[in-house]
Amino acid sequence: MNAITAPSPVVAVRNVTKRFPGVLANDRVSLAFHAGEVHVLLGENGAGKSTLIGILAGMQQPDEGEILIDGQAVRIGSPRQSLEFGIGTVFQHVLLVPSLSVIENLMLGGGWWGRLVKAPALARFRELSTLLGVAIDPDAIVGRLSLGEQQQVEIMRALWRGEKVLILDEPTSMLTPQGVRDLGEVIKRLRAKGVAVILITHKLLEAYEFGDRISVLRLGRVVGDIPPERLSAMGEAEATDAIIELMFGKEAARSGEAETLVDTAHRQRQVARDRAPRLTLRGVSTEAARGECPLREVSFELWPGEVLGIAGVDGNGQKHLAEVLAGQRGVSAGRIELNGGDITGAGVPARRQAGIRYVTDERLGEGTVGIFSVATNLVLKEIGRPPYWSRGWSDWDGIHGHARDQIGRNDIRTPSERTPVAKLSGGNIQKVLLAREINSEAQVVVFNKPTYGLDLQNTRLAHERIIASADHGIAIVVISTDLDELIKVSDRIGVMFQGRLAGIVENGPDIERRVGLLMTGVEAA
Amino acid sequence: MNALLAQPFLTALVFGAITAGIPLLLAGLGEQISEKAGVLNIGIEGMMLFGAYAGFVAAYYSGSFLVGFVVGGLGGALVAALVMLLCIRFGLNQIVIGIAVTLGFEGLTAILHHFQFSRTYPRLAAAPVVDIPGLAAIPVIGPGLFSHNAMVYLAVALVAVLAWAFRHTYFGLNLEAAGNKPAALDAAGIDVMKTRTIAVLCTGLLAGVGGAYMANVGAGIFVPFMTGGAGFIGIVLAMLARGRPLWVLLGALLFGVSLSMTTALQVAGVNIPTDVVQMLPFTMVMLVLVIFARHSVLPPALGLPYVRGDR
Repeated sequence: MNAITAPSPVVAVRNVTKRFPGVLANDRVSLAFHAGEVHVLLGENGAGKSTLIGILAGMQQPDEGEILIDGQAVRIGSPRQSLEFGIGTVFQHVLLVPSLSVIENLMLGGGWWGRLVKAPALARFRELSTLLGVAIDPDAIVGRLSLGEQQQVEIMRALWRGEKVLILDEPTSMLTPQGVRDLGEVIKRLRAKGVAVILITHKLLEAYEFGDRISVLRLGRVVGDIPPERLSAMGEAEATDAIIELMFGKEAARSGEAETLVDTAHRQRQVARDRAPRLTLRGVSTEAARGECPLREVSFELWPGEVLGIAGVDGNGQKHLAEVLAGQRGVSAGRIELNGGDITGAGVPARRQAGIRYVTDERLGEGTVGIFSVATNLVLKEIGRPPYWSRGWSDWDGIHGHARDQIGRNDIRTPSERTPVAKLSGGNIQKVLLAREINSEAQVVVFNKPTYGLDLQNTRLAHERIIASADHGIAIVVISTDLDELIKVSDRIGVMFQGRLAGIVENGPDIERRVGLLMTGVEAA
Repeated sequence: MNALLAQPFLTALVFGAITAGIPLLLAGLGEQISEKAGVLNIGIEGMMLFGAYAGFVAAYYSGSFLVGFVVGGLGGALVAALVMLLCIRFGLNQIVIGIAVTLGFEGLTAILHHFQFSRTYPRLAAAPVVDIPGLAAIPVIGPGLFSHNAMVYLAVALVAVLAWAFRHTYFGLNLEAAGNKPAALDAAGIDVMKTRTIAVLCTGLLAGVGGAYMANVGAGIFVPFMTGGAGFIGIVLAMLARGRPLWVLLGALLFGVSLSMTTALQVAGVNIPTDVVQMLPFTMVMLVLVIFARHSVLPPALGLPYVRGDR
């Protein structure tokens, strides 16, 4: 990619420092963002990317340092001021009102006392739909959209007022491969229009593919910068090496860690399918509320030690499948068997007792209780039961001891076991969930988007954890929109299309093409 | 039982239902605005009571019912401003402050009334009545439904206005966002605190007018503690109405009927112990709660202070 570098930056931060209790989130960060340039900020979780974005978006104030817009030092005291300066942000956490429609969400912030006039908003909506290449019903209630669709609406909202600067905080983590390509097109067009795009990501290839300039953050500091003239001269492998070196130091780049971090090789494992399957679904269907996709006669068998990947564009019934397996949603027809026994009517506690575990994609909310401590969340599904509860008394020493043990064993980065889990980063919340769900009693583990929003290191850890669990004989279902991820961990990959399981294919060479055909509904296996 | 079908009874019942229902309607609509914006306004009882007191005093000295309503509304809004200062600016617990405000203003109005009127209870002249031409002449229900103080028609019109405003204005949109996902509203550049402040002030205004109506039109006198839980019934109505003003109106009428049944049955001379008759409205509250409580839908951010950047 060739960069069109403007001589003076549109937005710059100079020596910005931000402290949180116990953490130095940004340490004298200086960066300059230019018009018509895609500036990628790379870094692991906790590197300070989100804090920097929060400062530019007016959500937080820097303790020291200054922000320059067109060379003038300014104070961005509120999100409104940020928008007025022409900075639009797509945050990692969904910032849409679930009870309002798509178009109403987009109109939010338009004023205070006026009547809602939808016509101009709809015109702008159609314009952006075309630009993004997405098809969303403007009158659909946002809470009923899938996470992927919600993210598309978020991107629209950030583009809504025609910004000078567009900040995208890990925007591709929810998109399909096609969606990522579409986003790439949009970014190119915006760049051509002279927009300064700030792209936060932890995917190296994405950084190389989209970025004109790459800056790497580590532990709150800017540790390196690859300017456009250098980046455009590099090949993909060369650029990847250079970035890895900046992110993890020279050692990692040499020791071949680079390959393990970006590896998407196929798995070659043997699964014995001559015995009885661990989990069987026969013609499972569900009923759906308006705007949801129900399951339609889904059947599959899953053997011990096997990883079944479930691919598909978001909103094709994956959410219902996960909930049905976890016992959170009843079926309208069909039968679910665990080790040959009928568990169709069993609820969450009974299924957990039987060894079925569910690692949700909504880590905060469905997965954990944010205000509860890490320790309590680690025993959340055993509350009231021995060994940590007896005769109505909580054994706090035991619970905290258990937590300290799990924190050490799973490398959960937390100030203490008493810290509310919502204060942790996404990767660490995921580690809490994994520590709770995967243990020796697990028979079947269902993962829904296991690495959504995680950085490279944590993604690799989660993948290793999945494969290790399978090696211990646990049967695993991984639901994901990230095909690379499924190829990496799965033995077989099934594709959901409009609530049906369009087919299941063995992992192996040429898998992308076979899955792709099923995904688009072209071929029924 | 013929007495029950007699015209005086029915007219008294309908008229009484509306007179008793209007304060509930105003309180319910006010509470609905707060709840939509994510503020659980337990202090509404105190706002009503202060509105009743201030409205009565104003009407008593000025001789004008209009002045009574205006001052009553402002009185309610003043209490709301206090609640807003404590809950929204300082982020104090909305339930604790709400209870404190209710208890505090129960005491305050009783003391003020005592100092002003000692043990006498001066009475206002009968409130002016507006007959709807034609409709008021309908036998039996006409005088009950269409011969009321102008505030009754205003309050009913407010139901339609709010129903429209919730759906078709930025005001409604902002309230909805403040109650469901305040961070989204903040990110869109609208001040969450300002939104909630306006909502709470609206609540105080309506509750105050409701209180003034209760004292000046309904009773004609001010008696300490006279709201007798009307504000809390307003909270129940708002919770069961799921954000729809029309449901608040229906609920207010239902409670109004059961409240006026108390007087109407006594007028009709029906031989039921008074204690049983006076229990009716409260039995109704319990019944409605038992039957419909499962259907109440509350905004997710209800009762939570908003802190920018807090996850």
